[in-house]
Amino acid sequence: MKKLSYFLAALVGLSMQYAMAQTPKGSVLIKNATVITVTNGTHENTDVLVQDGIVKKIAPDIKAPNGVETIDASGKYLMPGIIDAHSHIALDVVNEATAPIVAEVRMKDVVNPYEIGIYRALAGGVTMSHAMHGSANVVGGQNATLKHRWGSTDPADIIMQDAPRTIKFALGENPTRVHGRGRGIQPRSRMGVEAILRNGFNEALQYKKAWADFNAASSQKGSTAVAPQYNERLQTLADILDGKIIIHCHSYRADEIYMLINVAKDFGIKKLVFQHTNEGFKVAPEIAEYTMGASVFADWWAYKFEVYYSTAFNAAILQKNGVITSINSDDAELIRHLYHEAAKTQRYGGMTDDEALAMITINPAKQLGVSDKVGSIEEGKQADLVIFEGHPLSSYAIPQMTFVDGVKYFDINSDEDDQRQLVSATEMVEPIYLHEETAHKCMQDTEYLFETAEALFSLNQH
Amino acid sequence: MKRLNKSFFAFLLTLLPMFAMAQIDGEFVKPRSGKFLLQNATVHTITKGVLENTSVLIENGKIAQIGSGISAGDAEVFDCTGLVIYPGMIDGGTTLGLVEVNSVPETVDSQEIGNFTPNMQALTAVNPNSEAVPVTRVSGVTTVLTVPQGGLFPGTAALINLVGYTPDQMYAGAKAVVMNFPSSGRRGRWDRRSDDDIKKESEKALKEANELWDNAKSYYELTEKGAELEYYPEMAQLAKVISGELPLMIEVNTASDIQGALKWIEGKNAKFILSGVSEGWRVADEIAKAGVPVITGPVQALPTRQSDRYDAAYSNAGKMSKAGVKVAIRTDDQENVRNLPFHAAFAAAYGMGKEEAWKAVTITPAEIFGLADQLGSVEQGKVANLIVATKDPFETSSQVMHVFINGYRIPLSNRHIRLYQEFLERSPGLNKN
Repeated sequence: MKKLSYFLAALVGLSMQYAMAQTPKGSVLIKNATVITVTNGTHENTDVLVQDGIVKKIAPDIKAPNGVETIDASGKYLMPGIIDAHSHIALDVVNEATAPIVAEVRMKDVVNPYEIGIYRALAGGVTMSHAMHGSANVVGGQNATLKHRWGSTDPADIIMQDAPRTIKFALGENPTRVHGRGRGIQPRSRMGVEAILRNGFNEALQYKKAWADFNAASSQKGSTAVAPQYNERLQTLADILDGKIIIHCHSYRADEIYMLINVAKDFGIKKLVFQHTNEGFKVAPEIAEYTMGASVFADWWAYKFEVYYSTAFNAAILQKNGVITSINSDDAELIRHLYHEAAKTQRYGGMTDDEALAMITINPAKQLGVSDKVGSIEEGKQADLVIFEGHPLSSYAIPQMTFVDGVKYFDINSDEDDQRQLVSATEMVEPIYLHEETAHKCMQDTEYLFETAEALFSLNQH
Repeated sequence: MKRLNKSFFAFLLTLLPMFAMAQIDGEFVKPRSGKFLLQNATVHTITKGVLENTSVLIENGKIAQIGSGISAGDAEVFDCTGLVIYPGMIDGGTTLGLVEVNSVPETVDSQEIGNFTPNMQALTAVNPNSEAVPVTRVSGVTTVLTVPQGGLFPGTAALINLVGYTPDQMYAGAKAVVMNFPSSGRRGRWDRRSDDDIKKESEKALKEANELWDNAKSYYELTEKGAELEYYPEMAQLAKVISGELPLMIEVNTASDIQGALKWIEGKNAKFILSGVSEGWRVADEIAKAGVPVITGPVQALPTRQSDRYDAAYSNAGKMSKAGVKVAIRTDDQENVRNLPFHAAFAAAYGMGKEEAWKAVTITPAEIFGLADQLGSVEQGKVANLIVATKDPFETSSQVMHVFINGYRIPLSNRHIRLYQEFLERSPGLNKN
């Protein structure tokens, strides 16, 4: 018996160690770079010392501590790792399309650390992505915030464990097409979308009350109160109401954006970020006043009707109206040149360098609730860094090295052609994809709802 | 009283036009032609080097003069001190004007029913008033090839200038019959055909192409001999490739398909262009040896294979160009053809070099379409398709200051810009709900 308890104690100890297993953390001294901190100016000929994954010092002429590798970045630019607030890379599935509300599902259960898209994002300077549920539901699943620790084989190791919970919402064409048109149930219209939200949150309030009543009753002596049935879906909605989860809402039209702001106000929900937000520019003051901002495309429009009345000046208008604005990809290709997408805000609206770069670093970090940890080069922050040849906002810029927690995961000089970590044992010949629509995953896994090839074609929409 | 009524009505009628006018505010700016002098710029001619402190005179839709001491005369003068002039960019492959909103089938006119429809004319379906036209041209893209999609021979592509009220006014003088070479690649993740099925389908399609080609040859030879053949517009159109009147633009992407296409055109006496050519870098020497020009893109694209280097698509154009292939760049887009300069910039950065990349969106496509005497460079006598910018228009932050197409000064406005003007500072703002 005693032996068994020793054994159990050891087992518990081991599993605790396993649970607390450290993801790789590196130390490096990057010398003589033009350091673009984003939040605290740009400094020429400056060194950045990283120790154990944390930026320790930003100053000229830092001496390398013993055993710390030095990288000469003379003539090059160092900027914070790029953060994509809307992505579907490294996910095995994207949509659980079976109900208008599927708040209970979690993307962290389908994270795929082997996906080559992670490496390709690193090669574009992207160190973090927000792995989102698709847009088939008014309330979709809970997202995962990823750190691109390429080479990790445990999904848990590429999830940023200290990031807050976020959840996907979606308004407009996608949920109304999937449920209204595809399945003949609410919502078929933007009226129905609002109803789904209000009904869902009211149900969650009742659920909360049922539990509160039970908890109050069960603490009474001799209580015979029976616990309400646990419901993960309603519990998640209740967590949103309690401010424990940040909503990231797929949205396009100004009216639906305005609607969700009103719903959020009515239910006291404060943590709200709009995604895509193509017509956000029309309600920029309202978004600025109430929300955590908007994450937008640099210039995508006209691929579907609800984005026909878009403008490439959207990000600039939002920013100038005081909205925290980020530029995202939603796309396995675009994620590789977000620095270039950010630069488009200079062509369309004359953003300054810092304003443009903030849109792919500190602003998405704010929207993901991690701006105290990442998103700028500051002493004490996690050392997610990129070295560029050429200014990152130049269309000729080429990312050279990408670091996550001080560990170098991409180096253009030692890049090897084939970076796959897992080669399919069942596919004899590697498939060649001519129109790789991992690019268009927002509606992935809803194909079964649409029978014609044409519908399939039009599903490749964000 | 009756008379009074009548005269009162008459009075009211005279007011009508006044009321009608009173309801319209602001002035609509149209493209305008005229004599324009672009004074004192740095002129990147593409074919004849870079000329500092140089002026360009536009007259009758043409580049009338290039030099340093051109007298303005009665020309409207644009001071271009500190600015750069480049030829308008040419996108060698788009569906601009054929597709308005991709997911709304009623607005998609790029695909016809049928496998053999070379007589489908893209030019017919071009919407001169597409919102995407003014959105595109203010970026400096002045000319695009608009291409029908779909079957084995889906139709005939047309080169258009992005100004004009009718397709004919837009037509830039070049067409090409399009062929989609039987493909061994997958169309996407949802394409779950077995490797065997794909191979069989592509062999069958190739056999069909061969038969059609042989028939077109007979059609051409018989009509040359004066035979009166039955009405067969598809064959008549393909016969124009046999006769050399039109080139055949072959869309082909995987390495083995490119090799197949090169083999297919071997010994055929016609003008050929390869388009797409995503895996051109794998067989660049063979393409160069065959001497077939290539229109490749998009450059900002994923590699075709998981095992490929991340920059395979970025570097493709440069690798082919270095191997000696004549390479033009396309976006293969509709609403975002405006990004052509950025595709070219990525090609430049990843091995092609700026000079070659500039050619790939100007003189090279002009050459490929047989219009090098009219388009693709800043030279006297050429069509006045010109852009004036604050700096290298490939740079994202560069601002395009003037665009001229066919000698028309293009208004630097479009719906994107108008929405910016309206909403940058919304009024009423938060104060009034």
